[in-house]
Order: sequence, then structure tokens, then C-alpha cells
Amino acid sequence: MSERTLMGGNIAIAEGAILAGCGAYFGYPITPQNDLLEHMSVRLPAMGRVFLQTESELAAINMVYGAAATGVRCMTSTSSPGFSLQQEGISYMAGAEVPCVVANIMRAGPGLGNIGGAQGDYMQCTRGGGHGDYYLITLAPASVQEMMDLTMLAFELADKYRNPTLVMADGFLGQSVESIVMREPVKSLPPKDWAIDGARGRDRRLINSFEMNPIDHPKRIRLLLEKYERMRLEEVRYEGMLLDDAEIVIVAYGSAARAAMTAMNRARKNNFKVGLLRPITVFPFPSQVLSDLAEKGSKFIVAEMSSGQMLEDVRISVGNQNEIKLVNTYGGVPLTPDMIFEAIDLMS
Amino acid sequence: MSNRGINDMDNAIFRRPDIMPDRATHFCPGCGHGITQRLIGEVLDDLRLRDKAICVGSIGCTVTSYLYYDVDGTEAPHGRAPAVATAIKRCHPDLHPFAIQGDGDLASIGMAEIVHAAARGENITIIFANNANYGMTGGQLAPTTLVGMYTSSTIAGRKEDRHGFPIRVSEMLATLDGPAYISRVSLHNPANVRKARKAIEIAFRAPLEGLGMGFVEVLSMCPINWKVEPVNAPQWIVDNMIPQYPLGEFKCKPEVEELKKAVRG
Repeated sequence: MSERTLMGGNIAIAEGAILAGCGAYFGYPITPQNDLLEHMSVRLPAMGRVFLQTESELAAINMVYGAAATGVRCMTSTSSPGFSLQQEGISYMAGAEVPCVVANIMRAGPGLGNIGGAQGDYMQCTRGGGHGDYYLITLAPASVQEMMDLTMLAFELADKYRNPTLVMADGFLGQSVESIVMREPVKSLPPKDWAIDGARGRDRRLINSFEMNPIDHPKRIRLLLEKYERMRLEEVRYEGMLLDDAEIVIVAYGSAARAAMTAMNRARKNNFKVGLLRPITVFPFPSQVLSDLAEKGSKFIVAEMSSGQMLEDVRISVGNQNEIKLVNTYGGVPLTPDMIFEAIDLMS
Repeated sequence: MSNRGINDMDNAIFRRPDIMPDRATHFCPGCGHGITQRLIGEVLDDLRLRDKAICVGSIGCTVTSYLYYDVDGTEAPHGRAPAVATAIKRCHPDLHPFAIQGDGDLASIGMAEIVHAAARGENITIIFANNANYGMTGGQLAPTTLVGMYTSSTIAGRKEDRHGFPIRVSEMLATLDGPAYISRVSLHNPANVRKARKAIEIAFRAPLEGLGMGFVEVLSMCPINWKVEPVNAPQWIVDNMIPQYPLGEFKCKPEVEELKKAVRG
């Protein structure tokens, strides 16, 4: 029997990482994810693993790079402004094909913004985010259980593709406390025959992203692009609820999806045919299922805590034949079921 | 033409360190980096670090320093080599990461990383190549550029009131308790190259013994950007750099003094 326990969202990420064999954590304090760093500061050293509070998010992401290059499963966590600072390091890791997990517990921007939860880093997460041509699998948990489960999955996918992988949650989710089922620790970690762990009895290895030669560099990028294409084919994840007869489909992820579920249930009680499509991977985005729903003539409500960033992916997937309505908040304000229900009511 | 390298010759009196593959460097004529790389190569050989060393390239002219050693290597973003090296050492205490960082890389964009790695007492080796300008990008003003010195972004010379003053990194880091060994050396003549060799060896030995960071600042020729003939570049160091950047040891923990006895030269 699996044990049930009450846990905070950020702590579930930390515990999920520990279960997945995360051997090192490097991080810098920033609200609303400080409890994750604090939790790691106690748990990892007690297990003989590495914890280091760094001088900046820049140092944190570059330490992740160094640790990951040696083959250790490792991660950092941060919130939006810190995540912006880490883009260069993430780009280097994508270019050098170094796996790691970055948890971004989003807060409101731009600039200093505030510490309220938000989903305004959607573009930054799903479009690479740093310089150059690259993409990152981006997992969007919508519950404390998923904070744990998707963090564990993120480590698997990072190693599978030798690519940084994101867990993209918002501050509200990070601070939520829910009952979850504890998972089993990962028993064995994949071998890494590329890691720089000292050239004992073998040829030396090099982990870098520098390629001066204008013939070789495009070749290298082509291999990366093929990898991202494989992700698009094999790693799309989503949850569909009550979609079969849905005339209106709400598209929402993270905290917004929780508000959307409540609104959907209320709408069903009022005999509105409403369903929910919840992307679990926002990159790769579940475009095909949305495109299929559009073929059936559905109308769409995009509910998100940003100016309408995921809305662009929905538009790309759906095209311009179907009605698409944006219901949103920004600036650290939670999205409420009432707001979404009102939109359903108006659209019906 | 024989394919035999110099190291295969029976009567060679001066050999390439075994750890350095037989390949030409990318450095400009008269540049000091090749000498620094060779000195590190000698130390890697002498301390038998082929299986333990991790060369962390850092952005600038030394970015591909890993090409010249037959050891595992990686490449840090600009200024971040001490962070990358820190994590390697923390996760694998049996490995020995080292980096050669230029003055733009270390003293400008990467100042936070070197200061904090030093303050934490990380057991890594940092060789700081100071040539008073941004070499790779064509000779712009660096934090180490001398007052009055012409660079491509200070074409009338560095002025105190507009560009501030050069930073003495070794002296500054020596105020910290973390580093085991901090020394400034110069490559302007063979006697000083020998001293540099010795300092670099100590800077490897100290962190290998878990005593803290080993740090050597190397005053290094950059004739291309200084706009002097390569043959005159060593004297340029003596005339212009040493007055601003005096040579010597700035930090040497008592345990490191003990280690020095094992160092030849």
C-alpha cells in the first residue's frame, strides 16, 4: 500500500527529485520557492548528496551544468526573474546536450512585478528561452501530486534526451498543500557513457557547445532539431475531461486548470456541454488533439494567468474557423472559477 | 617528411608534456597563453593528473584550452568557470577541475563567481591570465587595463575620471579566508617563467590536498592588441604591468608552505 501524506507543492518537487535520484541541488533564494531550497538544504546533505546555496541564479545554473556534465542527476529551482537570469546557462546545456531539471515556480512580471503566482513565463519556457535554436520539454503540473510525479518524470526525460527539462508551475501551486500518494524511489539510474568523470583507462571526453566550423555547426544543430522533433512525436502529454460531447472546450494548465475544472463541473450541472483539455506538456504542445476538436466544431476558452501566451499555441493549433475566447488574469492575481463560468455562460 | 613528433626523438632535450597532444595552438604570435598552457601541462604530467583533471574552458582566448590537454574537458559560459568547477569538485571530490580564465572573463563578467568560489574555499585551481585587455574580441578596455593604456574602446587611453581604475584581483582575493594560495607571476623572461611554473604547481597541489583554492595570476603578453612587436612585449610587461601589478605571493596558508618543499625549481 502506498502511503498518503500531506505535502506542499514546492516540497513535493524536492521530494520527487530525491526519489528520482537527484544527487545535487544548487539554488538561490527567491520567493515563492524558498521552501524548496530550504527543504533541500536539510534533506540532501543528510543523504550524503550535494546541496549548495549559490551566490546567484547564474552561479546556480552553471553549477548545475558542471554537476550534470559529470553524470550526476541534478537540479535547480527558481522563480521568474531568476529563471530569466538562467537562460544563458540553459542554452549552453541544450547546446552541449547536458541533462538537468529546472523548476520554475512562476511569479508575476515583467520586471520585479510581485510574488503572486502567474503564468507569464509560458513563452520563455516553451520557446527555448535563451539564445539559439533549442527547445525544452516543459511539464506543467496542476496538483501537488503532479509536482512530485512530473518532477520524477522530468529527470527521466532529461536523461532520455540529454536535454534540460523544465517543471513549470506557478506560485499558487508551489504554496498549495494537498494530500498525495508517496512514490517509490527510482532503483537504478541510466548509465552515462558521455559524462566527464575522469579519463581513467579511456579516451578523454569533451562536453561543449563551441563549433567554429560553419559546416560542422549546422550538422550539430540538425541533430538537436531531430531530437526536438522526436519529443514532439513521442512526449506530448495532456488530460482530456468530458471532451466527447463538448461544445465548449476550456484549455488551461497549472492552477488555471484547477479553476477551470470547478467551472466545468458547475457548467455541466447547468447542462452546458463543456470539457477541459489540460496540457501536461506545454512543450511539446498537444496541438493535434486541439486540431481534432476544432474539426468537430468546438468553441474554445483559453484560461490562463498571463496576457494570453498559451492562447497563441491554441490559435496555431485550432486555426481561425472556431471561436476562441481568452479568460485571463495577470499581475499575480489568481484565476477564479467564476470568471471562467461567466465566459462559458456568455459563449453558450 | 618524418611523421615523428619531437617527443619520439631519442636525442630531444626539450619535450612536449605527454598530456599535451601534438597540435598547433590557435594563439597569436607572441601571445603568453601558449606558455601558460605548457606550464600547466608540465604540472599535469608531474602530478599524474591525466585521470583526475577536468579542464574547464572559459570564454575568451582560453575558451578552447581543453583542446591542448588529453584530459576530460568542458566549456563554461563567460565568467562562470569557477561555478562549473565548483560543482564538478563537489559532486566528484576525486576529480580535479581547473580553468584558465582571462581578465575580462574573471575580473569583469565573472567577478562574482571567482570571489564566491574563493570565499567558499573550493578545492579548485584557477589560473588567471592577465593581459590588461579583452584579447579575443579585439582589445577593448578590461577591468585590468592600465591607466593611460590605449584600447579599441579607449582610443585616447584609459582615463581615471571616465573609466575608473584597474583592479588588482590577487590582492583583493587575498583578503578572503578561503583560498589556500594566491600568487602573481609574469612570463616576461625565462627566470620568471620558471617561477610561474612553480606557482602553478603549488596552485594544483594545495586544492588537491583539500586546503582551498589555488590561484595564480599570470601577467601575459598580448602584442597584437598592445600594438607592440612580439619581441618587445615581454619588456612591455616589465615597464607597464609590473608597476601596477607587483609580483609575489599574496596568500599562502601555513600548510601550503609545507607543500612547497616538495616543489622543484
